[in-house]
Amino acid sequence: MKHELAIVLSGEAGQGLQTIEDFLVKAISKSYYVFSTHEVMSRVRGGNNTLEIRISNTPVAAYRSHIDFLYLLNNHSFYRIPKRVAEDSLIFGEPDFITQEERDHIVGTFVPFTLSDYAKKAGSILFGNTVLFGHIAGMLTLDQDYCHTLIRNRFSHKSDQVQDDNIEAFNIGYQLGVAYQSHHNLKTREDVPLLVLSGNEALGIGALGGGCNFLTSYPMSPGTGLLTYLAGKMNDFGVFVEQAEDEIAALNMNIGAWYAGARALTTTSGGGFALMEEAVSLSGITETPCVIHIAQRPGPGTGLPTRTAQEDLNLAIYAGHGEFPRFIYAPGHLKDAIELAQKAFYFADKYQVPAFLLSDQFLVDSKFQMAPFELDSKYLESFVIKSDKDYKRYALTEDSISPRGIPGHGEGLVKCDSDEHTEAGLITESFDVRIQMNEKRLSKQALLMADYQYPELIGPKSYKKLMVGWGSTYGVLKEYIDQYGDGETAYLYVKQPFPLHKDVKRYFDQADVIVNVENNATAQFSKILLLELGVAVTHNLLKYNGEPFSIEEIVAYMKEV
Amino acid sequence: MKYFEMDPSTDIAWCPGCGNFSIRKALIEVLQEMDLDPTQVVMASGIGQAAKMPQYINTNFFNGLHGRALPVAVAIKAANPDLTVIAEGGDGDMYGEGGNHFIHNVRRNPDIVHIVHDNMVYGLTKGQAAPTSPLEFKTPVQVNGVINDPINALPLAMTLGATFVARAFSGDTDGLKKILAAAFSHEGYALIDILHPCVSFNKVNTFKWFKEHSYPLEEDYDSSDFEAAMKKALDTEKFALGVIYQTKSKIPFNKRTWLYKQDATPIVKRKRDIATVNALFRANS
Repeated sequence: MKHELAIVLSGEAGQGLQTIEDFLVKAISKSYYVFSTHEVMSRVRGGNNTLEIRISNTPVAAYRSHIDFLYLLNNHSFYRIPKRVAEDSLIFGEPDFITQEERDHIVGTFVPFTLSDYAKKAGSILFGNTVLFGHIAGMLTLDQDYCHTLIRNRFSHKSDQVQDDNIEAFNIGYQLGVAYQSHHNLKTREDVPLLVLSGNEALGIGALGGGCNFLTSYPMSPGTGLLTYLAGKMNDFGVFVEQAEDEIAALNMNIGAWYAGARALTTTSGGGFALMEEAVSLSGITETPCVIHIAQRPGPGTGLPTRTAQEDLNLAIYAGHGEFPRFIYAPGHLKDAIELAQKAFYFADKYQVPAFLLSDQFLVDSKFQMAPFELDSKYLESFVIKSDKDYKRYALTEDSISPRGIPGHGEGLVKCDSDEHTEAGLITESFDVRIQMNEKRLSKQALLMADYQYPELIGPKSYKKLMVGWGSTYGVLKEYIDQYGDGETAYLYVKQPFPLHKDVKRYFDQADVIVNVENNATAQFSKILLLELGVAVTHNLLKYNGEPFSIEEIVAYMKEV
Repeated sequence: MKYFEMDPSTDIAWCPGCGNFSIRKALIEVLQEMDLDPTQVVMASGIGQAAKMPQYINTNFFNGLHGRALPVAVAIKAANPDLTVIAEGGDGDMYGEGGNHFIHNVRRNPDIVHIVHDNMVYGLTKGQAAPTSPLEFKTPVQVNGVINDPINALPLAMTLGATFVARAFSGDTDGLKKILAAAFSHEGYALIDILHPCVSFNKVNTFKWFKEHSYPLEEDYDSSDFEAAMKKALDTEKFALGVIYQTKSKIPFNKRTWLYKQDATPIVKRKRDIATVNALFRANS
């Protein structure tokens, strides 16, 4: 009997997998621990896209390769999947969705499932996805009334007939799904009601909770999701949203908006961010804050536009000419996506430096559960001052931070210059002033450490082996420790990969074996650990094909270590 | 009356005889005649000799990157529409490096004054061709002469829907001041291309040359006639000086947004209530 299930829907772009994901995950979350992730090809129609929904008796937030129930939605939806099915897998699909050759070699059990007939019975072939929703709902014994409500809400703009037909389609599917209840031993969850959010939604809510009121970006997958989410909230939350003509404009507008007193965000991916580098440096010398979200995907160049990677850590750390401080947050779960997004705005404002939120396609596009909590209003507090008559934007102060005025607020003038400048913001070529100003800016790097976001240790305190990861590998590594841990292995979840606090070193001191896990080919973070802390990892587990790590890959690798 | 004027001891980095001096003087006089408060004015500039202008005018400024003054200026105006915003720089800054921003910000019709110093040569980098340099113009880089057609920003801006397009000459300060005053009172994007000599690097388009190749618009010129204006703007044999085209038929950028249509309060003066964010968060059940 299975204590967890991985259900995969395999279809093509344009078949409505996204809609069914929204329905299903919401409905399943009422009763179970659930997680969903989809992988899509870079095309608007056709191809092969899959959606995985994992349901478990314990919290789950990672990709699993093995499929328990596979739904084929067309006749070219199986060819990429054979490796993911085993003898215990059930494969549902119309009889002609699988070739005779595939059927001869299939490992699992193929169950003919005439979805289109069932949909027609309910009124139209268009109701196929609703039948499917019902089928999975029946299999999991989901609350039918709640599911009906979801359907009515979804089709509220349509006629009563359409709503009724969809309910009928759901019910047909439900009755068929009931037969598979005996295939698992899933228990309903008994803790507090959990919320379901994608990484994008969490980052967006965090941005709003950090006071974001200006958003300017140029679309680029997978960074566009956050742009779309916040654009959808612009009217309710008073966010000035503008699609810039290019990425260079986007970050320059962001910085202009901060200069005027707004809290601006720019979201992009690695390629788009590469175009913004000069402006990062502008933020550095003018000490004008900015917040940049980079949702990573595999490069170089256009790379794999819709896939996931952690290849741009070095890019974020070293972006921009000259030397100036910055900080980089890499959230690994929803709560951190919210809180680190809030903090990015707040601490960018406090230290007057560029702040980075480094996520990836897997984190932003997947749906996770979390317990509700109250967002802290502290991060809405502004560090902007009302200037007086003799105001100097770059006044040298004891702690290197010059109070930041904004134009039109107070009696002073706010003069910012990307040339080296005096305290008043005027161009200078004085070598002495250059040294003072450069040191003033760079000394903020040490100040930033007062608000360092410490890593979390997951697993036994008396560990001998330490796995280390940053950002979105959180779900899979935590699952490994929780479900497969050997009692002497722990996992260090790093959420601020740069700059690193020297105290992070102590986590590595007691480990004989250090396994660095990253979605890239060159182990970028292991080099940062060595450079910043003098920590030498013993093993690197690297994946760079564009997929997230599966739990099976972590288990298999750790067996060898 | 000296609000926008700098301390007279300020060291100005331009070459003696540079057209920028008269542009500075005209701009300061207009700002003062309009009785603007320097704390409510912001200049955004890029890099170049012209882009140093904010250094020599006593007001708020953000002197950013080469080519990027417009995105900064438009964002400042969007974040706080109460401010008077000027974007200023040279031909290379605005039409070369910043060409894409020029194109797309004309489309936005932001309520800013865009001042472009057009001396048809690169000054700060010492004498290379500008996007406005004439064909056959010889430089240390274009040793056999310029082979790319010069850009003519005025008709370009007009085809993009610019609502105020003017050309001025630094040698005609009275004319320049009139144009500047008209630009500040125009609600929407106002482009002023100012011809001026570069005494160090342009021996072709000199003060005398500009004087001979320009003329003030006729008294009875109708700047609202798009087609006639286009003809004027396209004529580069002799440059017409004055407001070549102006229309009041278009709504400026900020007022096109739902945000400012609902409420004119600058977003920098609005407060966010964490309770609204918590409600949005909890709706994800």
